[in-house]
Amino acid sequence: MSTPQIPTPLVKIENLTVRFRGAQTVHAVNGVSLTLEPGKVLGILGESGSGKSVTLKTLLRLLPESRTDIGGKVSVDGRDVLALNPQDLADYRGAVTSMIFQDPALALDPVYTVGEQIAEAIVRHEKTSMKAAMARALELLELVRIPSPARRLKAYPHEMSGGMRQRAMIALALAARPKLLLADEPTTALDATVQIQILLLLRQLQRDLDMGMLFVTHDIGVAVEVSDRLAVMYAGQIVETGTVRELIRDPQHPYTKGLLAANLHGAKKGERLEAIPGAPPALTEPPDACSFAPRCKFVQDRCRAALPPAVQLGEGRVVRCILAEQALVAAA
Amino acid sequence: MLKYLAKRILYVMPVAFGVSLFCFLLVHIAPGDPLTSVLPPDASQAMQDELRKIYGFDRPLPVQFGLWLMKALQGDLGTSIATGRPVAAEVWRAVGNTLLIAGLATVIGFLFGCLFGFVAGYFRGSYLDKFASMLAVLGVSVPHYWLGMVMVIVFSVQLGWLPPGGAGPGGSAAWIWNWEHVSYMILPAITMSVIPMGIIARTVRALVADILNQEFVPALRAKGLMDFGVFKHVVKNAAPTALAVMGLQLGYLLGGSILIETVFSWPGTGFLLGNAIFQRDLPLLQGTILLLAMFFVGLNVLVDILQGLLDPRVRRR
Ligand SMILES: Nc1ncnc2c1ncn2[C@@H]1O[C@H](COP(=O)(O)OP(=O)(O)O)[C@@H](O)[C@H]1O
Ligand code: SF4
Ligand SMILES: [Mg+2]
Repeated sequence: MSTPQIPTPLVKIENLTVRFRGAQTVHAVNGVSLTLEPGKVLGILGESGSGKSVTLKTLLRLLPESRTDIGGKVSVDGRDVLALNPQDLADYRGAVTSMIFQDPALALDPVYTVGEQIAEAIVRHEKTSMKAAMARALELLELVRIPSPARRLKAYPHEMSGGMRQRAMIALALAARPKLLLADEPTTALDATVQIQILLLLRQLQRDLDMGMLFVTHDIGVAVEVSDRLAVMYAGQIVETGTVRELIRDPQHPYTKGLLAANLHGAKKGERLEAIPGAPPALTEPPDACSFAPRCKFVQDRCRAALPPAVQLGEGRVVRCILAEQALVAAA
Repeated sequence: MLKYLAKRILYVMPVAFGVSLFCFLLVHIAPGDPLTSVLPPDASQAMQDELRKIYGFDRPLPVQFGLWLMKALQGDLGTSIATGRPVAAEVWRAVGNTLLIAGLATVIGFLFGCLFGFVAGYFRGSYLDKFASMLAVLGVSVPHYWLGMVMVIVFSVQLGWLPPGGAGPGGSAAWIWNWEHVSYMILPAITMSVIPMGIIARTVRALVADILNQEFVPALRAKGLMDFGVFKHVVKNAAPTALAVMGLQLGYLLGGSILIETVFSWPGTGFLLGNAIFQRDLPLLQGTILLLAMFFVGLNVLVDILQGLLDPRVRRR
C-alpha cells in the first residue's frame, strides 16, 4: 500500500495477528498494518483492551513465547523482528527499539539504584566501563531534566516521585541511543500536571534526538498533542489512520466519529473514551464481520456478513468501514 | 542505615528482657519445688531450709530475679543440680557442638533449597518443578529421626562409610576440619538439613515465581538483557527474604533437635535439654533456654540488619 516516494519506513507492520492460547483463546490483534517514518510520531489511540500494548510488545517480542501465536510481518530499521535469533534479538532490544512502560513504579527494579539500571543498559550495548556508563547515566538524567541528578543517580526507585521515576524510565529507554521509542501510555499513571510535563519532554526529546515514536494512549487529547499521525484501534484492528488534522477535521469511521463527538462536549485532555454506548466484543473468536457493528449507528446487513474492506482514501489514509467504500464508489 | 540499626537493637531490648524474665520464672512456674529432685526423700525441714537459703529461694521473687539477671549478665548461670558443674560451661560446650552441625545443616539446606527453589520457580508447572516441589515437601514432612536411622543403617551399618554416631574420634566434637572429624558430622548434618532445605526451597520457589511475574522483568528484557542478566536481578530481589528465612532456620536448628542429637548421640543443646528435663535439673534448663533464646534474638537482629543492607526498601521502615 505504500507509495514509492515515501522514504524507507522505520517501522513496517504487515497484517499482524497475535493470539494467546490458554483456557480461553484471545485474539488480541487481528490484522494490523502500519508504517512509521523515521523521526515521526504515530499515535495509537483506542480504548482499554483494544490491543495497543500487545502491538507494542510485539515490536520487542516481549510476549510469552510459549503461548502466543504471532502472524504477519514486523520489520524495524530493516530487521525482520519476528525472525531474530535470541542473540540478535537481545542486541536489537534497547539499542534499536526501546520502550517506556506505563507504570515506572513497576517497570523499574526496586533493589537497584536508578543509576545502576541505566548504566546496565549502556554497558549491555556499548563496550564501556561501568564508570563511563555511570557518567553517561548522569548525562541522561540531566537530559530528562531530573532535579539534582547526581543525587538521583544513587536513589532507588521508591525514593522518587512518580514523575521523577517516569523521567528516569525515559532516561533508561534512551540509554543505548535507540532509533525507535515505544511509549505505552507513559503518562496514565501520573498526576495531571506531571502528565503535561512528561508529554512535552517526550515530544522534545523525540525531536532533538530524531527518533521515531509509537505513542499509545486512550486519551485523544494526549494523542493529538504528541502525534504527527494517528491510528485508531478497535478490537485488535486499526479502523482508521491518517494525519492528526485529517482525523480531527474529517473522521470517517463511525468509531472515530464517536470518539471525537464524546470529546467535543466541553471535554478536553484527560477525558476517557467511554461515551459510546455498548462495550467492545470479547476477543475469543477471530473477527468475521465488522467488530464495531453491535455499537454502530450506521450498521447494515453487509457489515455483519463479512469483514469490511480497508478502504484507501489517500496517501496513508485508510478506513476500515463499508461506508467509506460506498462514499468512494459514489464519488467515482 | 545507622538509624535503622540503632532502631533494630533498641526494639530487641524489651524482647530480651521478657525472655529472661520468662526463663527465670520457669523454675517457679514448673510444678513442684525446684529442690525436691536433689533432696533425699527423708530430708529434714531444717536441711530443706538450709538448701533453700543456699540457692536463694527464700528471697522475694523480684530480688531473686535481679540477682539472677546480674549474675547471668556476668556469664554465671548457676550450677547444675545434677552434675554440680557450672551451667554456663555445659551450655556453651553444647552450643558449640550444635552450632557445628546446625551451621553445616543450614548451609547444605540453603544451597540445595535455593537450587530446587530456583529450578521450580523458573520452570513452574513443568515436571522439573513438580519433582523439586515434591522433594521439598518430603523434606519438611519426613520424620527426621526415622531418616537419621535409615541413614545410619545404610551408610554406617551396611556400607560402613561413616561412623554411626558420636561427636568425634575422641568422643567430643571439635571445630577441626579433617576427614576424621568431618566424617562424624556428615550424617547428622545431612539429616538436619532436610527441613531447612524444604522450607527454603518452598520460599525461594514462591519468591522466584512472584519476581518473574513482575513487570520489571519484561522491562529488563526490553533493554536487551539475556537470561543470565535477568537472573542476576531475580537473585538480588530474592536474596533478602531467602537469607532471612535461612537465618531463622539456623535459629530453630540451634535449639538442637532432641531427636536427631539422640539418634546420633551428638552432645549438643537438644541432647542437653533432654537431659535437663528428664533429670529435673532446673538451673541447667533455665540456662540452656536463656542462652538459646538470646542466640535466637541476636540472630533475628542480624537477619534484620542483613535485610536492611540488601533491600533498600526495608531500610526506610
Ligand atoms: N499475556 C497475555 N495473555 C493473555 N491475554 C493477554 C495477554 N496480554 C494481553 N492480553 C489480552 O489481549 C487483549 C489486548 O490487551 P492490550 O493490548 O493490553 O490492550 P490495551 O489496548 O489496553 O493495551 C486484552 O483482551 C488482554 O486481556
Ligand atoms: S462497517 Fe458497518 S458496522 Fe462497521 S463501522 Fe462501518 S458502518 Fe458501522
Ligand atoms: Mg495497555
